[in-house]
Amino acid sequence: MTTLTHDLPAVHREARPVRRVRIGGADPELVSHVVGSAAGALALDWIVYERLISVSGAIGFWLCWYVVFLVMLAATSATTLDRVGVVDRLVGALVTTAGLVLVACLAGIVLFTFVRGRTALGHLNFFTQTTAYIGPDAPLDQGGIYAAIVGTLEQVAISVVFSVPLGIATAVYLSEVRGRLARTVRSVVEAMSAVPTIVAGLFIYSMLILKLGQERSGFAASLALCVSMVPVVTTTAEVVLRLVPGGLREASLALGTTHWQTVRRVVLPTARPGLVTAVLLGVARVIGETSPVLLVAGSTNELNYDPMHGPMLSLPLFVFTDMRMPIDQAIDRAFGAAVVLLVLVVVLFSLARMAGGRPLGHISRRKQRRLAAARARRLESEPVR
Amino acid sequence: MTGITVERPERLRRTLTTRPTAQDIGFVAAARTAAISTLVIMGLIGVFLLIGAWPALHEEGWRFLTTTEWLPETGHFGIASLLWGTVLVGLFALCVAVPLGFGAALFITEYAPRSLKKPLVTLVDLMAAVPSIVYAMWALFFLQSHLLTIAQWLSVHLGPALPFLRVGTPDSPSSYTSSAFIAGIAVGVVVLPTVTSVMREVFAQAPVGEREGAIALGATRWGMIRTVVIPFGRAGMVGGVMLGLGRALGETIVVYAIISPTFGFTTRPLQSGTNTIAAHIASRYSESGGVALSGLLGAGLVLFLFTLVINTLAGVVVSRSRSGAATEI
Repeated sequence: MTTLTHDLPAVHREARPVRRVRIGGADPELVSHVVGSAAGALALDWIVYERLISVSGAIGFWLCWYVVFLVMLAATSATTLDRVGVVDRLVGALVTTAGLVLVACLAGIVLFTFVRGRTALGHLNFFTQTTAYIGPDAPLDQGGIYAAIVGTLEQVAISVVFSVPLGIATAVYLSEVRGRLARTVRSVVEAMSAVPTIVAGLFIYSMLILKLGQERSGFAASLALCVSMVPVVTTTAEVVLRLVPGGLREASLALGTTHWQTVRRVVLPTARPGLVTAVLLGVARVIGETSPVLLVAGSTNELNYDPMHGPMLSLPLFVFTDMRMPIDQAIDRAFGAAVVLLVLVVVLFSLARMAGGRPLGHISRRKQRRLAAARARRLESEPVR
Repeated sequence: MTGITVERPERLRRTLTTRPTAQDIGFVAAARTAAISTLVIMGLIGVFLLIGAWPALHEEGWRFLTTTEWLPETGHFGIASLLWGTVLVGLFALCVAVPLGFGAALFITEYAPRSLKKPLVTLVDLMAAVPSIVYAMWALFFLQSHLLTIAQWLSVHLGPALPFLRVGTPDSPSSYTSSAFIAGIAVGVVVLPTVTSVMREVFAQAPVGEREGAIALGATRWGMIRTVVIPFGRAGMVGGVMLGLGRALGETIVVYAIISPTFGFTTRPLQSGTNTIAAHIASRYSESGGVALSGLLGAGLVLFLFTLVINTLAGVVVSRSRSGAATEI
């Protein structure tokens, strides 16, 4: 470039000030076109929709606005761009809208649940009492979801006890043992994650209650939850185990350890945060499952600590029963319980992200201090040679 | 020259053999047992559903798949209308989830500012983790009333031209409240994160070199997407759609909360009243016994096999796209 400009006459060089080309950032032309089209579409839509046709309905209004907006954006873009450019801009607008709709859906669901659940959550008794001896139309300062919380915690704990060892051992088989069955097992686990939860409930119902003659109980519900939880734990854990660098395994084996010692002392500790993520994601998946619990947990309003005997309430079941009652207090309670469920899921999910966000084999500050202290103790106790 | 005789050892080559310790044998056996037990669980699901469903299947035979009514007392029941309703709701769900999921996945991989990408991916994962009962409440208390006006508008204005949009009594809102249309859209929102995350994953794998090549040849962003990202991700897109369909077919609570159950082939999706297999099981399990219960287990078995086939196909398609076999140049 410099050689070219040298050859130009001096006049030319001064006439063209060097303009820095900006890469990225918002294109002012694009911004003005989009804002202009949006405002114009809003005005036109308001006039036509509200004044001329005079139909009501917020969704219809915004749908019409969006169509008018797209047409206007195409028209304004056509003033400066060719056909290809206009198409590019329209697609950009559509794709951005899809992204925004996704975010808006999630935000809308969370906000809506929180706003409607506020009334029930304001009462402290909501967390400490049960709805056993009160009617569904009792005021909100009586009764609560204590029985449901107890039931959910017990059921989830039992299914964790069953499915975490099973899931992690399967993942170890898939990534460490790598037997002949690995391919089959992997595809079956994938298929298992797609089993509709109501089918899992039916399976436990058919096996445990019809064939083995057990009663409906919290234990049956936790077995049904296991069917959904095992594949989540297995697939997540397998991904994490595969991330453990092969060099670590080889170094350990080269020191003369056995296969089991390598897995126990090197692979699993390295992957520990990821395995925690796997467990938390599994819990988050099953904590809100309604349909399997609906089939096998039975229905009750009473507090039941014993998962082996008698029907047991849980949070999703409580929401499901109460939201279908045509009584305001029951619906408020259902929303309150849904908020508790949502908060639990979000907390579990964030914990999983935090645990999984750390790189494998990362040693935290606290652990470093502990290791240093242990080393210091060892040096003190050993005689100086 | 006197040679030096060298005593040759008998064997030059050592053979290396591993002799696993007892600990290792135990470890491998334990891991294998765990792996096999997942196979056994899957097998047991099929077996116990079949055992439970046998009385009904034996009694009805092939009629179980072709009868539309559900009258177990008279020995006349089948899942034809349920299957149709399930497919109908699934198709409406896909109508929502596929365009939105496709757009959202493209937005995350191609359009969003770099700093927003990771939060958006987390958001999609979180949306997939939200329990379906929460979606059901949102659908029942928020979405239903808003979609009602759209359904009514569609029926009143387009109904005269398109017969499948007509309903029985177009003036009363209650003829629209519990339709396959509304249930399908609600289920579409539930499966949206599944579709989005599968598509996002395959779009993100489109090779950088080809993307840059397209841009360097003067393509617009959409031109680059159309010529590079979509052809490379086509198999993954199909797989994502099928995985979404698989989840939509099995969705229970959202559908159950919205619809009012009817039997018979709904040819008017805007009209209240339809039924799906999953919702039917959830609504009838408590009042059923004997052959009716067996029929429900049979319906569950059909749903199980249906989703299994769709998801296996989806898995094959997605894994083929992941292995890069279709993307070699």
